[in-house]
Amino acid sequence: MQSEKQTNSLSKFTSSLKRFIEWIDPILVPLLAILTSMIVGGIIIKSVGGDPILAYKGLLEGSFGSAELGPVKSQRAMSETAVWATPYIFAGLAVALAFKGGLFNIGAEGQLALGAVFSSLIGYALPGWLGVDLPTIIHLPLAILGGLVMGGIWAGIVGALKAYTGGHEVINTIMMNYIALNSTSFLLNGVMKDPSPTNVIARTPLIAESARFAPMFEGLRVHWGFVLALFTAVFIWWLLNKTTLGFEIRTVGANPDAAHYAGVNVKRTLILTMFISGALAGMAGAIEVTGLNYRHELGFSQGYGFDAIAIALLGKSHPIGVVLASILFAAMRNGATRMQFLTQMPVDLISMIQAFILLFVAADAIVRFIFHIKSTGERVVLTRGWGG
Amino acid sequence: MTDTPAIILEAKGITKKFPGVLANDNVNFDLHKGEIHALLGENGAGKSTLMNVLYGLYKPDEGDVLVEGNQMVLNSSRDAIKHGIGMVHQHFMLVPVFTVTENIMLGAETDHRAAPNELPLAKLDRAEVAQKVRDLSHQYGLEVDPNAVVGDLSVGVQQRVEIVKALYRKANILILDEPTAVLTPQEADDLFRIMHELTDKGVSIVFITHKLKEVLKVADRITVMRAGRVVGSANPKESNEQKLASLMVGREVILTVQKKPAEPKEDMLVVNDLRVKDVRGLEAVRGVSFIVRAGEVLGLAGVQGNGQTELAEALSGLRVSESGQFSIGGHNLTGKPPRQITEAGLADIPEDRQRHGLVLGYTIADNLALCDYYHMPFSKGVVIQQNQVDANARKLIEDYDVRTPSPYIAAGKLSGGNQQKVIVARELSRPVKLVLASQPTRGLDVGSIEYIHKQIIAMRDRGVAVLLVSAELDEILSLSDRIAVMYRGEIVTTVDRKDTSREQLGLLMAGVHEPA
Repeated sequence: MQSEKQTNSLSKFTSSLKRFIEWIDPILVPLLAILTSMIVGGIIIKSVGGDPILAYKGLLEGSFGSAELGPVKSQRAMSETAVWATPYIFAGLAVALAFKGGLFNIGAEGQLALGAVFSSLIGYALPGWLGVDLPTIIHLPLAILGGLVMGGIWAGIVGALKAYTGGHEVINTIMMNYIALNSTSFLLNGVMKDPSPTNVIARTPLIAESARFAPMFEGLRVHWGFVLALFTAVFIWWLLNKTTLGFEIRTVGANPDAAHYAGVNVKRTLILTMFISGALAGMAGAIEVTGLNYRHELGFSQGYGFDAIAIALLGKSHPIGVVLASILFAAMRNGATRMQFLTQMPVDLISMIQAFILLFVAADAIVRFIFHIKSTGERVVLTRGWGG
Repeated sequence: MTDTPAIILEAKGITKKFPGVLANDNVNFDLHKGEIHALLGENGAGKSTLMNVLYGLYKPDEGDVLVEGNQMVLNSSRDAIKHGIGMVHQHFMLVPVFTVTENIMLGAETDHRAAPNELPLAKLDRAEVAQKVRDLSHQYGLEVDPNAVVGDLSVGVQQRVEIVKALYRKANILILDEPTAVLTPQEADDLFRIMHELTDKGVSIVFITHKLKEVLKVADRITVMRAGRVVGSANPKESNEQKLASLMVGREVILTVQKKPAEPKEDMLVVNDLRVKDVRGLEAVRGVSFIVRAGEVLGLAGVQGNGQTELAEALSGLRVSESGQFSIGGHNLTGKPPRQITEAGLADIPEDRQRHGLVLGYTIADNLALCDYYHMPFSKGVVIQQNQVDANARKLIEDYDVRTPSPYIAAGKLSGGNQQKVIVARELSRPVKLVLASQPTRGLDVGSIEYIHKQIIAMRDRGVAVLLVSAELDEILSLSDRIAVMYRGEIVTTVDRKDTSREQLGLLMAGVHEPA
């Protein structure tokens, strides 16, 4: 009896251990990829004569603060991390949702820029056109909606091209990026340029007060857009996993032939997926305008749309994963300055570590080999092959 | 029976493990010179693993391979070929745009370099190889035109090319993996003739199959495998189908479907002069008209590639027809999308179950709701009711005997038979008027075939119309009440099951019209 009980509890233990491993498996590789990259980064710092511990301490302090730094500086550090994370979350969700639908949206950068342009246009010009002052409750949502719809349409075009001509979205989003970014430059240097006599920069006028988010905390740049980003992540998770539309998006992404067979309108779903993806990227731009900069300026986006691809990959295209990956990337970007200040390590090192993280996530076989993790046999299908 | 025949190829105590599976468990197998030794077993019984060991593609964990009594270390198929072992795979390894000669010389090109260190840029000598191909085909009675482009050849002839390819590489041991799966009955008979011709000339053949009739017809010896082990051997002269099936499955199997005479009622599916193009834009279905009545099974027989696939896809809405109409239960559904056809009462068991029928990465539960997720009870408004999806899954898994530890396993992890049961459960559990079953048992084990056949007949008895598209003549014969034969995109004839025979259908499938 005794031994039977023992084996019973032992098997219970092993089965719960197995369940834990199964549960943790989806995030295991990203976590180990981050760890490995930090180690590789540490080796690089050491090899150029730096102090890895001090560097990472600086990184951590610069992004989340510390007791040593004091409450004021710590608050500012965290605020700035949230500021960085906001566009990352929106753009990361954009790329992740497209991945779930079997599409590779490389065009988030362009969708984001156009979103910002339209959002600021509505922000500074709409009251003048209408000849009335709009209340915030109308003007702000309109400004965000403008960016959202513009980004959505821009990506939706690519979806339609794929659905009706078979044109591959990777090529088309890249091309649409060129058009979007150069059009933005054209507009900001031309008709939309801030007309004030002292201005020499390619930027729009400031948007009206009524199109701005109220500040969240006095003296900190963090804005309500960050909270909206978190809500959006939850909403996208709900949309993908709990609704019929999400089921359709995922089914088309996993097996478009089966989706067609099951009665899903594959073409419509492709276009819709790209529209929602572009709308999220457009929102990233709109929120930057209405929450942070109050205008669009050429070159304000520090490659959010491209980092978004890395973030979506690191977050395994899961909305919550995207939030975590966004905060990580934001913290690294934000903390880099303090790291440089403390150790004279250039901020570019952070880009290297981020690239390593992405490399280890994309080529997860390396991580699985290093840490002896068995493959679950399921492969993340990010996008189907050319012309697929 | 007095002289012991020379053993040319022997596998001794082969054990091969894969993660979670013992694919071969201490398997012994030998091949005598000049015999046809059939290796019989269901899918997953370990036949292919054993053959891949013999062909050098897998390294066994334990055990030895002996060729003519000498122990061999086979590291790759190249080593196997060197020792005279040739394999004809179920899916041919031919380049369709190359000629027969080019395909045969591929990987074994003769060049005319004076020395091995000369640059390998010598002219390919096609003429010499072509002559050799001609000699070989003459010697073994394999008619093959060396200058024909492979893509233009019929499947049967392509298979001959594969055999010549092996012989060209001086194989005296041939492994034929499910060679008849793609052939018409006539082509299969041709193959059996060739096999005998080959063994007469001293070639030894391992014949892998799960078809009982063929084994009894051509094999000199039979070895049966089940679950990674050799479970018995038989002499074809003393055995019969029933015995072999029981050995193969491990229990008594009912080979013929028990069914009452059909009671056909009103016309359910009416197809009128339907024309459909295939992927390449060629007309694959050329003006087909037929009727399936409620309460009967119409079997659509034909060799693969005669338009059945395109016809079935047109009926399920996956492919748009060029002209003509079809209706189900009086509703004209020509050119309608799949969902509308499904809602009109079609249950579609698609030919390619992994491509169309399932999302392999989804759970069984989600797959069971794949076509119905958008309406009650599976969703309210736009919100999916996961508890309803799960409850439905638990019920259907029980009702349709899907063997799975849980409804939340990815469909891709199930065996082929259980995957097909998931599709059958989903499609037949709806209120349907017409069942379209395309190759419903292809590649399945005997047990699953038996089960799916029963379900199809049960639907018929409930007054549902059934259109059965199958390349397996036995399946057509045992299930159908009426049989239509399709050849080159047309229905050659429609006959009553009672008024036809296997031989007659075989001829019709091959395009041979009997003189009336």
